[in-house]
Amino acid sequence: MTTFEVVAEGLGKRYGPTRALDTFDLNVPAGTVYGLLGPNGAGKTTAVRILATLLRFDAGRATVAGYDVLRQPDEVRARIGLTGQYAAVDEILSGRQNLELFGRLFRLGRREARQRAGELLERFGLDEAASRSAGEYSGGMRRRLDLAASLIRTPRVLFLDEPTTGLDPRSRNQVWDLVRSLVAEGTTVLLTTQYLEEADQLANRISVIDAGRVVAEGSPDELKSMTGGDRVEVMVRDAADLHQAARVVEPICGAEPELDPESRRLSVPVPDRVAGLVHVVRALDDAGIAVEDVSLRRATLDEAFLYLTGHRPDEAREPVGAGRKVDVA
Amino acid sequence: MTTAVADGWTMTRRNMIHVIRAPEELILYFTLPIMFVLVFGYVFGSGMQVPGGGSYREFLLPGVFVMTMLYGLGATATGVALDLSRGVVDRFRSMPMARSALMTGRSAADLLRALLEMSTLLACGLLVGWQWRLGVGKALLAVGLLLLLRVAITWVGIYLALLVRNPDTVGVIVFPAAFPFTAISNVFVSPELMPSFIGAISEWNPLSATVAAIRELFGNPGLGGDSWPAEHAMLLAVLWPVLLIATFAPLAVRRYRRLSR
Repeated sequence: MTTFEVVAEGLGKRYGPTRALDTFDLNVPAGTVYGLLGPNGAGKTTAVRILATLLRFDAGRATVAGYDVLRQPDEVRARIGLTGQYAAVDEILSGRQNLELFGRLFRLGRREARQRAGELLERFGLDEAASRSAGEYSGGMRRRLDLAASLIRTPRVLFLDEPTTGLDPRSRNQVWDLVRSLVAEGTTVLLTTQYLEEADQLANRISVIDAGRVVAEGSPDELKSMTGGDRVEVMVRDAADLHQAARVVEPICGAEPELDPESRRLSVPVPDRVAGLVHVVRALDDAGIAVEDVSLRRATLDEAFLYLTGHRPDEAREPVGAGRKVDVA
Repeated sequence: MTTAVADGWTMTRRNMIHVIRAPEELILYFTLPIMFVLVFGYVFGSGMQVPGGGSYREFLLPGVFVMTMLYGLGATATGVALDLSRGVVDRFRSMPMARSALMTGRSAADLLRALLEMSTLLACGLLVGWQWRLGVGKALLAVGLLLLLRVAITWVGIYLALLVRNPDTVGVIVFPAAFPFTAISNVFVSPELMPSFIGAISEWNPLSATVAAIRELFGNPGLGGDSWPAEHAMLLAVLWPVLLIATFAPLAVRRYRRLSR
């Protein structure tokens, strides 16, 4: 039987007339990375702040590591780690002093706190910078120190709220590796991100959130297949033919193709893979449209997101209800 | 309860490490009162009168001690606001530590800081000819009153930071907000010499109560006239800070709890 380390049932949170979260449900299986994916303002951070006991909610219930968030917040706090969007470290204290401070507050003895700080500094590649003020650290180092502070007592559940926002690719990869090794050690991770690639790389399961609600839930592959699964991509020789090609392809695939005049490409979901592909090629040939390239590929998470929410993840949110509600078993 | 004390002490140590690692701020808070002693004691001082006679510098120093306590407001409020803006407070709140520790730790550390500031200032005072004339006991009692005032000001500062949140805004408003309290008080000029309306405000100013009380305890000149607040300075120097703490500590705690709304 699967045990769930994080459970939310019908969570609601209002700010005046705005519903930051609206009947929000979540079940995070133990020992997995779970991604919350959504545009800015979708409610990801609100959800994490509620689950990390930082924010009260108006409706529903939530448990983390088996404890009720509202009624047993101290039990929850003893078992979680939190790394938010801002590196929450003391900028005047050195890296080592930061970790010792947090260790003491996590009820470690003086010697234990010092020893744990040393271990973490080494593990996170910060031992050389250990006595410098955290304020002098680079963005990536600060984020690593922040992560280290979340791991003083290896947490059962680690909340990562956009952990790689603003990091260069190298630092981002370091964070990803750390997350993977933590999960291998048994920690459950709830990750929010705007980066589809990040969710694709790290998460075992994903909830897509929009306007405070979960609009879709599943593994990255399941989400990708929701858009109709595979797509045919056609590159025409002459850009002037693109619109006509779209008119030819549309009845075969039963969906309106996306056009990119710049690269002379159209892309459209295709229902039955190879048979569909053959149909498309034949119809284009019959119509006398010269084709430079044809390919069959899986939809990207980006396309799944667009399909589910009606807009791309980095765009501001459209009016509520723009997306389609999809249920996945 | 024991965890509250332990966590409070951990947070106190954290704030004291700040003073050691980033002493610039402390130095800034030292230069200000010393500048006031030099400007008022030596430049304007020659034109200043002390009712009942006596040296103006000896009259001025207790006022500067109190002013230093008041300007600690800036250090407290910016420190707390910085924590709030950088998400450090979120980390503390997501940890299984005593909720009170953030504020008690700040309060205790500021008290230790004030002690450091006071001893340096007393030494500077002695250098410019100020002295305590009524024995060490009364002098220590005066220092006690100063520290009590500092505790009250700490809680005002914590509340202010939780109210405003943005450290830049806090930094900008603290000094303009604090300055009138020193100007319209007995810090620089005896209220007897002011227009009667302003003089009355000055006499009831909480700072004036502490200034008058410590002038009395140090045996410095300029004991204020025969008004009620001037005659009961010692009582008011205790009552005012206690009243401020009783008002602002619960307000700050309530604001802190509202962070989870």
